[in-house]
Amino acid sequence: MHRRFVASAARNKKTSHSAPGPCVKIIAMSELFKVTIDNITIEVPAGTTILQAARKIGGEVAPPAMCYYSKLKGSGGKCRTCLVEVSKGSEKDPRPMPKLVASCRTTVMDGMEVKNITSEKVIDARAGVVEFLLLNHPLDCPICDQAGECHLQDLSYEHGKEGTRFEFQKRTFHKHDLGPYIQLHMTRCILCYRCVFTADQLTNKRVHGVLSRGDHAEIATYIEKSLDNDFIGNVIDVCPVGALTDKTFRFKNRVWFTKPVDAHRDCDKCCGEVQLWMRGDEVFRVTARKDEWGEIKDSSKGSTGWICNECRFEKKFASDWTIEGPTQVNRHSVISQGHYVGLKKPNETFEKVMNGREPRLFMDIHSVSEVNKPEIQLSLIHGPAHSDDFKENNKD
Amino acid sequence: MQTLIPHNADESRRMMQSLTNRAKPVDRRPMNFVDRLYLPAVLKGMSITFGHIFKKPPTIKYPEQTREFSPVFRGLHVLNRDEEGRERCTACGLCAVACPAEAITMEAAEREPGEENLYREEKYAARYEINMLRCIFCGLCEEACPKDAIYLSETFAPSNFARKGFIYGKKDLLIPNPVTQPEEYAKAKGKR
Repeated sequence: MHRRFVASAARNKKTSHSAPGPCVKIIAMSELFKVTIDNITIEVPAGTTILQAARKIGGEVAPPAMCYYSKLKGSGGKCRTCLVEVSKGSEKDPRPMPKLVASCRTTVMDGMEVKNITSEKVIDARAGVVEFLLLNHPLDCPICDQAGECHLQDLSYEHGKEGTRFEFQKRTFHKHDLGPYIQLHMTRCILCYRCVFTADQLTNKRVHGVLSRGDHAEIATYIEKSLDNDFIGNVIDVCPVGALTDKTFRFKNRVWFTKPVDAHRDCDKCCGEVQLWMRGDEVFRVTARKDEWGEIKDSSKGSTGWICNECRFEKKFASDWTIEGPTQVNRHSVISQGHYVGLKKPNETFEKVMNGREPRLFMDIHSVSEVNKPEIQLSLIHGPAHSDDFKENNKD
Repeated sequence: MQTLIPHNADESRRMMQSLTNRAKPVDRRPMNFVDRLYLPAVLKGMSITFGHIFKKPPTIKYPEQTREFSPVFRGLHVLNRDEEGRERCTACGLCAVACPAEAITMEAAEREPGEENLYREEKYAARYEINMLRCIFCGLCEEACPKDAIYLSETFAPSNFARKGFIYGKKDLLIPNPVTQPEEYAKAKGKR
C-alpha cells in the first residue's frame, strides 16, 4: 500500500504523503491545510496527521487509537484501529487513496477529504481489527484491574462485533513481576509498543522490550531484570490494556468504586501533579492525570505530566498530598457511578430535640459487617491481599 | 365514533365503566312482608356459611406445610460453587455496581499457590456481604454476574428480632461443597 502511495505522491511533487521531513516542516509552519473529516472542515498546519486533525474536531469523528500515543515519539501504526478512508487525496490530486490508511501515520494534504464513521468500509474494517486484537486477549475482565478504564474494552464495545470466529486455544504466558511494583500479564498484551517507547524516551536505560516474533512475540525483560528506574511506573499509565498493572493496587478494589481526586505535592523528580484514587480517606492508587483521549495530560509547567515512582507507589497517605478536588469524570463512564453530585446531607435534628441525647442506633454496621473495617487499611498492604491478611480478623 | 369526554361530574359518573361487570346497584326499594320476616335472609346466609364446611380450604397450615415457590421466585441469594467445589465468585464487583439498593459489598484477595482447589480464578472474594435489610430482591446481581456465581434461590430470609442477623456473609451465602459435603449439597439442592 505504502509503495503505491509514495509513487502517487512523487508524481505530484509539491505534495508529500509520507511522514514529513525537517524541510517540509519549515515550509509547512506558515501554511494551513484545509481538511474535511466526516463533512466537517478544519484548518490544520501541514504535517499534522489525520488523527490529530480529527482530535481537534473531537467527539466521534476522532478515530480510536490503541498504539498511537501523542506524547511518545515514534508510536503508532501498529494496531490499525485508526484506519480511515481517504475519499479525496488532495485538491491537486483528487483521486481517493486505494486502501484504508492508518490515520495516526498519514499526514493531511490540502483539500483532503476523509471519511471515518461515515464510511461503511471503515466501520467494517475496524470491527475486523477488533476481532483480531481479541483473538488472543483473554476475556478475564472480571479479574483484570484495568476493567473500567480499559481502552480495549471501550474499543470492542463501541466498534467490535458481538461474536468471534476464533475456535482455537488462546496464546497464554506466565505472569511476570517487572520489579517490585509492576505486574506483567503478557497474555493480555496487544503488542502496542507504547511501554517500550516510554522506557526508551523517559528512562535512561531500557531493559525491557519485545522478544521473539509473530505469535510468540512478548514483552519481556532480559533474564527477569527488574526495572528500577524513577519513571518506569509510567508504563502502567500508557498501557491501553491490563497487561501492565500497578502491584500496589492489585485486586484491592475495582476502579469504579474508587473516587478520582486531583492532587499535587512538591516532588524534585517529577511535576508531582497526580490523580489519587480514593475510597474514604484511603489512597488506593496514584496515577498521572489523563485527558479525554486517555493520554497523560500536560502538567501546569507545560511538559507532559509523567510522574515518578516515588509519587506513584510510595505516597499512599492522604496527608502526603494537597488535594485540589474531585476529577471531572465523563458522566457516561462507569467511574462516575455512585458519585452523587450536589448531595446535601440533611441536618441531624435529633440531638437538638432530645436535649443533646444521641439517637439510639439499632445497629452499627461496623459491629456486624466484616467488609470495609475502619481499622483495616487494605491500601497499605504492600501487594495484593491474600487469605492470611483476612485471617487475623476473621471471627470464625 | 362516540366521544368519551365527560362534560361535568354527573356525566363522568354515568360514563364510568365497571371493570368486572359484577358490581350490583344497591336495592333501595322499601322492604316488603317477606323481607321484614328476616328469617329467609338469615337462612340464606347460614346456608352459604355451612356450605363452606364441605369446600376445600384455600389456606395452608404454615409452617408445617409450605407452598411451592414459582421457579422464577427471587429469594435469598446463594454463592455458587463449580462441580469441583471451587468458589465461582471472582469479586469483579459487577453485582455491587448493578445493585440499585447498594446492598452488596466485597473485598478481594489473590489466590495463593495451593488454594486452587478452593477458588476457581486467581482473584476471589475474601469477604462478600449482602445486607438483606437493604436488598430489594430485584435479581440484577444475578443478571450482572459474568461467572454464574450468584443466584437468587427459592427461599426467603427468615425473620429475626435483631437487625444484625440480616447481614449475610460468605458463610451464610455459600452453597455446601458438592465434593466434601455431598449430603448437605443434595439436601440444599432439593428436588429440582
